[in-house]
Amino acid sequence: MADALIVAALVLTAFMATAVVLTRDPARQAIVLSGYGLALAILFLLLQAPDVAMSQTAVGTVVVPLIVILAIHAIRRHHTREPDRRGRE
Amino acid sequence: MSRRVRLLVFLLSGAGVAVLFTLAAVRLPDFGGTWHPYGERTLPNAIRRHTPNVISSINFDQRAFDTLGEELILMAAALAAVVILRTVRAEQEDAAGAHAYGPAEVSDALRITGYLLLPVIMVTGVYVVAHGYISPGGGFQGGVVLGSAIHLIYLAGDYPALARIRPIPMFESGEAVAAGVFVLLALAFAGQVKAMNAAVGLEVGCALVLVLAKFFEQALLVRKDA
Repeated sequence: MADALIVAALVLTAFMATAVVLTRDPARQAIVLSGYGLALAILFLLLQAPDVAMSQTAVGTVVVPLIVILAIHAIRRHHTREPDRRGRE
Repeated sequence: MSRRVRLLVFLLSGAGVAVLFTLAAVRLPDFGGTWHPYGERTLPNAIRRHTPNVISSINFDQRAFDTLGEELILMAAALAAVVILRTVRAEQEDAAGAHAYGPAEVSDALRITGYLLLPVIMVTGVYVVAHGYISPGGGFQGGVVLGSAIHLIYLAGDYPALARIRPIPMFESGEAVAAGVFVLLALAFAGQVKAMNAAVGLEVGCALVLVLAKFFEQALLVRKDA
């Protein structure tokens, strides 16, 4: 039973990792990355590493995708201002 | 680099990693086995030192020096974010309330969820830090929970309120003091698991708030001078 769960979690993790790589738009990728982080956390939990699972949930599911989204937002804001600045020069 | 050369470089380095990984993995103990060389060494030490949680014993006592390195890496990362993402001369920073990121911009469902979750997650974070040395969790995990929880206020649509409750200078000093206390504990008072756990919680929480604050400023407030 425990082995079946671990195999299922491994398959889910591999599936989510592939989904992250195959998502092309960075903003969507951040959301899929968050799901991948959760799958990884479930795997750690099933391997009896609750401490690592907690770190993974907090960092991989919340903080990293949030920073990626904020960075993308900042880049978009600077890019939309770029053309009129160049036009004036 | 052409597509073909790139593929060749990838195949070569991929083969190298595969060989090294296989060599590294063949002599590992069996998956799920009862014998583990590292466990044999750490468990007796943890019991001898009367630490109720073996993970805490490893993190803050037996391998406290490793944890010290990790804390300093985190502090360096927070410092780098603060230095690199500062407002430079060609840029201006708007006041936190200058843009209409008010409660009206967010749907009621999201706002209520944010406000309801905030106290629950803050209490969970404090619990995870405080009980870290006897149960799963600890300073790092709880610190991350606390540091990211306050950003639920932004999710609830009130960025000015978020900016008010996390004054940057206070968190900068908190970060520095906690890192200093941890270095002192690790070098001079080895084995103080509870105190080190608390110092790590404070340091990680402050570092996360600082890093996220700098990213929020870049994403919402900083603009090029007209």
